[in-house]
Amino acid sequence: MGSLGERTAVLGVGQTEYRATRGDVSIAGLVREAALRALDDARCTWLDIDAVVIGKAPDFFEGLMMPELFLADALGCAGKPILRVHTAGSVGGSTALVAASLIRSRVHRRVLTLGFEKQSESNATWALSLPQPFSVSINAGAGGYFSPIIRQYMARSGAPELVGCMVAFKDRRQALLNPYAHLHQPDLTFDQVVEAPMLWDPIRFSETCPSSDGACAMVLGDEAAGDASEVPVAWVHGTAMRSEGNNFPGRDEVSPQASRDCAADVYAQASITNPRAEIDAVEIYVPFSWYEPMWLESLGFAEPDQGWRMVEDGSTALDGGDLPVNCSGGVLSSNPIGASGMIRFAEAALQVRGMAGDHQVDGARRALGHAYGGGAQYYAMWVVGADKP
Amino acid sequence: MTLGWSAVREVAVVSSAVHQVEALTFTPDVQLMVPLVNAAREAVGITQDDVDFTCSGSSDFLAGQAFSFVQTLDAVGAVPPISESHVEMDGAFALYEAWVKIQTGEAEVALVYSYGKSSPGSRRDVLAAQLDPYVVGPLWPDAHAVAALQARVVLESGAATPEDLAAVAARSQRKAVGNPNALRASADATVDGVLAEPVVTDPLRPSDLAAEADGGCAMVLAAGDRARALCERPAWITGIDHRIDPQALGLRDLARAPSAAMAAERAGAAGDRIDVAELHVASTAQAIVLSGELGLTDDVEVDPSGGSLAGDVLMAAGLVRIAEVARRISSGTADRGLAHASSGPCLQQNLVCIMEGE
Amino acid sequence: MIEPLRTDLVVEYPFTRTTGPVVGAFLTGLRDGRIVGVRTSDGRVVVPPVEADPATGATIDELVDVADAGTVVTWTWVDPPRPGSPWDRPHGLGLVLLDGADIPMLHGLLVDSTDDLATGMRVEAVWAAERTGHIQDLVGFAPEGSGVAPAPHAEDPGDEPVRSVRTPIRLDYDFIPSSAAQEYLRAYAEKRILGNRSPVDGAVFVPPRGIDPRHGVAADEMVELAHEGHVGNFCVTHLPIPGRTDLTTPYVSAWIHLDGADIGFLGLVAGCGVDEVRIGMRVRAVWKPDDELGPTAENVLYWEPTGEPDVPVEKAGNRAWLTRRDADDAGMECGA
Repeated sequence: MGSLGERTAVLGVGQTEYRATRGDVSIAGLVREAALRALDDARCTWLDIDAVVIGKAPDFFEGLMMPELFLADALGCAGKPILRVHTAGSVGGSTALVAASLIRSRVHRRVLTLGFEKQSESNATWALSLPQPFSVSINAGAGGYFSPIIRQYMARSGAPELVGCMVAFKDRRQALLNPYAHLHQPDLTFDQVVEAPMLWDPIRFSETCPSSDGACAMVLGDEAAGDASEVPVAWVHGTAMRSEGNNFPGRDEVSPQASRDCAADVYAQASITNPRAEIDAVEIYVPFSWYEPMWLESLGFAEPDQGWRMVEDGSTALDGGDLPVNCSGGVLSSNPIGASGMIRFAEAALQVRGMAGDHQVDGARRALGHAYGGGAQYYAMWVVGADKP
Repeated sequence: MTLGWSAVREVAVVSSAVHQVEALTFTPDVQLMVPLVNAAREAVGITQDDVDFTCSGSSDFLAGQAFSFVQTLDAVGAVPPISESHVEMDGAFALYEAWVKIQTGEAEVALVYSYGKSSPGSRRDVLAAQLDPYVVGPLWPDAHAVAALQARVVLESGAATPEDLAAVAARSQRKAVGNPNALRASADATVDGVLAEPVVTDPLRPSDLAAEADGGCAMVLAAGDRARALCERPAWITGIDHRIDPQALGLRDLARAPSAAMAAERAGAAGDRIDVAELHVASTAQAIVLSGELGLTDDVEVDPSGGSLAGDVLMAAGLVRIAEVARRISSGTADRGLAHASSGPCLQQNLVCIMEGE
Repeated sequence: MIEPLRTDLVVEYPFTRTTGPVVGAFLTGLRDGRIVGVRTSDGRVVVPPVEADPATGATIDELVDVADAGTVVTWTWVDPPRPGSPWDRPHGLGLVLLDGADIPMLHGLLVDSTDDLATGMRVEAVWAAERTGHIQDLVGFAPEGSGVAPAPHAEDPGDEPVRSVRTPIRLDYDFIPSSAAQEYLRAYAEKRILGNRSPVDGAVFVPPRGIDPRHGVAADEMVELAHEGHVGNFCVTHLPIPGRTDLTTPYVSAWIHLDGADIGFLGLVAGCGVDEVRIGMRVRAVWKPDDELGPTAENVLYWEPTGEPDVPVEKAGNRAWLTRRDADDAGMECGA
């Protein structure tokens, strides 16, 4: 990254168990579970934290307006600054990036950042489909929005029909190695994935993400804090955000320019010219299986229309692939919406810290964390590395 | 300039545009913001291509729609794509994020905007959704009642008399006369006139409560020489800080706002004389509380625009306060000013921005 | 003047919240006729209890019982009662410092008028006869000795602790379409489809939003569009949609790109098998009978195939604009 800013390190990561309903905790209890684990991992206490940056998806999910106000004391914020980010589905990623900018700007030395969703309090389809008077309501949920885009990708790339099922099967297998993952389906077979009911053709039920309760937190610190850490840290090598309009003439919905621009920016900061060769592990936001090959192309890991070949030949599998993607099981296995982006960022950090447990990519030195949201309009990405940039 | 930390870049407000009315009946957020964003950019002769970072603030709850800010992004023209972020907070906090972004060295020019419409719903009831959802929200204490609980504490603490509250209200209405964005303005407003109003939410009278407005604000920030090139007299942000207190009303002395005092101190408010201050309050009692916490002496001109009491756009009122102070510095009528933004019940969260002319 | 279109918009959900152990203990206490607080690190008793020390963030869980009577610290009067509140008549609202607590709690004050309220007055809990583990197990607080408060009866202590609580929320909004949308909806009632033309390069947007989203400029010029176009893209949906009992699954929702428009909007495609729908397929509007028309896009029942040759995939949907723009740049007359 440029010479102006402070070097930034991920000092600690904390995740809750992701479940359909975390019936054992309140909202405060949920966010504290992730925050306390991140503080422990960073060998910090609340007193070491200068500021908190919290993110989540729409407030209607929990029926709590601007929940950072209610959660301020649960997050140890009395007398401290707290910011609340909301950039649609990419929010977990952009929240981490706002926290990183507080370090990079030297405004603060240690920042706690956290994303959460307690979707079981209501119903995501309800919150995402609030009535729109005078308009035609024929689009059921996010799958109805993304299905046509996937169809377009299939048409233009000539990808075989079962590539999406391959991604879903891979991610659910990898989730078995992640104790925090929501979906643990040890007996799942590929045939079951293929035979699952079609919801939004070409998207099968088995190719969609679950609806989860959960929170993910990170403690970010400055260079001195990173140097002083007793445990391995992840160094931030690049950060980027991009947004574009939802619907305009000439828009490429399959590989939006905002996605391509954001990737080019983050790679340039990290001096990456060949992402496939220079990045060892990838956590990308894949809420519907087909988005893995689509993003592989948009992010420069594959040539246009060729991303599906990486799925087909096993390149993206933890077991034997040269570019393991979503070793944690990804969004397809755990999806507390407001945290889902931050989980990608945190899992990327865990990989380069060598702390990803059973889903560790051997020798990972650099990893990409990625999140997107809205109508594939909002992007947040970071590259983290084991080495100081 | 006084700065609370090392290695700070000079950042200034170089332009702003504000629009507030009682109800924007046929104008959705995106159509409200198109002229404001363009006015703020055109005032300094730039287009979106010149903007390195854009940040906005708004609330889904106010809009009655999830992801409401996605539609409003179209007011900026995010084609080709832009580097952009959004906070579910008052625009003053979006400005803070943009200021931080400029501090990282990754941006020189930033666009900040925020907006809100109270008229489609019942804002005082919507705000109850901010409170503890388990044991407070179900009792639905509306925002006027919550403000009244605080006002009584202020009155009974001896910090103010009913006449003091009425004086704050009358002052706001008189000053608002010259402000085209003010909803509640009267050249002949007096203490007696306010005291003659009926008590609506005991102990508060209508003039004690901020006048709800629909509207928005757009603003351009720039760093260093870029700011000097864009604007004859930039309003330099010499200190900015924000802090929060626990939410539960019982946990706080409602006659105080410790987070406001802390933010003012960290922003360097006391470093030099303050000519002008704009306060973001829900009630006259909050203005009394802030006057103490922010250390505003009698020679400070408070709320020359009438302040948020004269027109309060939820999610934008804090950013509008910054715009009002910046405008006075850029026009040369003030040299150093304090703008305040708040969020949450009873001044729970507070931001202080100190601006100076060169 | 024409009466503007407007409608009520209700955002309503019966949230079910899991409480965790601390809020759960408070609600369990209420159900059993007790009020429970928590002790902070510096020894203060907070009611209702919180999970973290408000000053330090440290975890706290030492629960203590407090009295169900105390002193009013501050109060106000709510008249008329708010729509979402549990009270159906004017009432006080106050912070009450219960005996044994150091932090006052918020609840209703049950008196007839403000004359009966004063800071420092003693009050006692009024308990609901039937209690379920909800803040409304306390009806509120009444002046001490007023005799309205039945003594609480502890429920069977063997009952399960409270683990969740239902807290419905309802918010009412007055939904008024924008001026551009008003014109668009009224035209629909006359079987006309309107769009906005961009002042920048003539691109046409439908539905009209009064702006060109690419450039952040106003786009006020209305243009009338054909009732034919093509399918830019589509989804075959196998899930029912809440509120659309008329749709039988599977059905096709498609981005309809009208001739003369440069973005698409969502519409239903029917009149052919779902497996016959293609990207680029030419379609036309099938309208409701004239006597059923109203100011709504639902006037078009669905879009049916015209039988004309398809638009090539690479020129379908939003990609059509690239062709049109290139033709414009070359100074050529541009067709659909």
